[in-house]
Amino acid sequence: MSERNAMSEPMVQVHNVTKVYERGKQKIEVLHGLTLDIPKGDFVALMGPSGSGKTTLLNLIGGLDKPTSGEITVGGKRIDQLGSGQLARWRALNVGFVFQFYNLMPVLTAEGNVELPLLLTRLSAAQRRKNVGVALEVVGLADRAKHKPRELSGGQEQRVAIARALVSDPQLLVCDEPTGDLDRKTADEILGLLQVLNREHGKTIVIVTHDPKAAEFARRTLHLEKGQLLEQAA
Amino acid sequence: MTRSGFVVANLFRKRTRTILTLLSVIMAFLLFGLLQSVNTVFSSGADFVGATRLFVQARVSFTVPLPLSMVPKLEAIPGVARVAYQQWFGGVWQTNTPLIMFALDPQRYHDVYPEWKMPEAQWQAFEHTRTGLIVGRQLANQYGWKIGQKIPISSNIWPQKNGSKAWEFDLVGIFDGKDEDWQKRTNLAFIQQDYFEEANQFGLKGRTNFLILKLVPGANAEAVSKTVDAMFENSPDETKTQTEKDFNISFVKQIGDIGLIVRWILFAVFFTLLLVVGNTMAQSVRERIPELAVLKTLGFSDGSVFGFVLAEAFALVLAGGLIGLALASLAGAMVEKATGGQFLLQLDVSVWLLGALAIVLMSLAVGLLPGLRARRLEIVDALAGR
Repeated sequence: MSERNAMSEPMVQVHNVTKVYERGKQKIEVLHGLTLDIPKGDFVALMGPSGSGKTTLLNLIGGLDKPTSGEITVGGKRIDQLGSGQLARWRALNVGFVFQFYNLMPVLTAEGNVELPLLLTRLSAAQRRKNVGVALEVVGLADRAKHKPRELSGGQEQRVAIARALVSDPQLLVCDEPTGDLDRKTADEILGLLQVLNREHGKTIVIVTHDPKAAEFARRTLHLEKGQLLEQAA
Repeated sequence: MTRSGFVVANLFRKRTRTILTLLSVIMAFLLFGLLQSVNTVFSSGADFVGATRLFVQARVSFTVPLPLSMVPKLEAIPGVARVAYQQWFGGVWQTNTPLIMFALDPQRYHDVYPEWKMPEAQWQAFEHTRTGLIVGRQLANQYGWKIGQKIPISSNIWPQKNGSKAWEFDLVGIFDGKDEDWQKRTNLAFIQQDYFEEANQFGLKGRTNFLILKLVPGANAEAVSKTVDAMFENSPDETKTQTEKDFNISFVKQIGDIGLIVRWILFAVFFTLLLVVGNTMAQSVRERIPELAVLKTLGFSDGSVFGFVLAEAFALVLAGGLIGLALASLAGAMVEKATGGQFLLQLDVSVWLLGALAIVLMSLAVGLLPGLRARRLEIVDALAGR
């Protein structure tokens, strides 16, 4: 299938989604009837000021939270209708997550961290080890497999986090400020890696960022403000 | 890596804290094992003796001896088959090892206690040797005593007429128990009443601490004991009669209600342990709320995350509990050896089973609340640090 054809199939469909948070007696509407399509193989950067709803939208797309109203379909599956257990299983199979502060388990080595999502599969220990090796190879950290997070640099930690997101081979990667804690050079390396995953491995990637230079690595950038999509730039 | 490997890795994220907590669990279960075995020893010591014998002692105290002239009167009571008696000797082996030792009439004792197994020739030798001594198998094995040896034993109560506290006896028999329960009690030693009466300096004669009534099969123990006490009421030697089992229990309770003391100590120990381990677990979960949220993000269900926390609590208490109980076993064996088998502080199956129950309950008590907290975590709030 050509890249153009692949890009025409929808990976994420967000239709008329509203999200309201209740903080004590206060109700805060973060997203207001937002509609958005992200095709398969796309690399989208979500930008906008703090409080614009970027992370909320990312959490909804990744199935970490549920919308107050509206529909969300990812890879052909209506995830807004899933219960918490079904949603957990769906996340394990379909989405990889990358966070700003890496969120690795400090008690595990790099390979232990990468193996963690595979404990939810029926793979044998040998098969898990093999997959972990491949994922660490892809992010260029095969030689750091036995190191614990505190023995790695920030960029290396983020690479381990990306390997963890990749290891179960999900089609969608969601990244919340993946370079927010890194210097420019390391940030560019990480973004370059995400670009490779998008272009060469066909992963659909959605990142939230405040950094316009980071957004330049994406195929397109979407701007949010006050819970609404402002424009769509190619 | 496996799920259990992940649990163990998490347990040792704060090595010092975990080791200190583990030590407190070990100490608690060590105490539990030892105290529970003490309780078992004291409370079950009389279970197997049944109610076929009655113990008669002076109403005031068993330290006040009763006259042997009571024997024929007691034997005349319907329901009484035979009467034996025993006088506390206060024997001491070498410098300071106390022996459970009584002076008694060999034939009568043999008749009343068929549970002691010894060749008839040795019973005969005991009866016909004034300086005769018979000892239980355990005692003989412990000190390597052989039949035919002269055994020097001193008494901390009864000096001989020449003022010497050192007595010398001829070992003429070694008895065993009819079954395991009785074999455990073969740490006793018996000498002849006649020789004791003849040789003691204080001239105690015709008196004894305890009269033991063997009942005929089917006799009403309660009725017989009432008859005995009524018979000697308002005499200079009023009696207190009870079954052998009750006697053993009341003898032990001179020290206090061991069961109650043990229960209170263990309650205090486990309550403290609950606070210590509970606090460790709560702190451990509080410190890694974002990590638990990441687990849920990766696809682990609420139940799995709850299971991880509960498994950590269980692993900690299980490790500490098993080490503690094993140490209690070891300590019990050492105490038993040091006291020459007179204090059988073994952890029997019932103590291990109770220990296992305590491990399960303690794990639930310390792991449930932190586990439920982990289960209830909302991913988005936890990741945002709310």
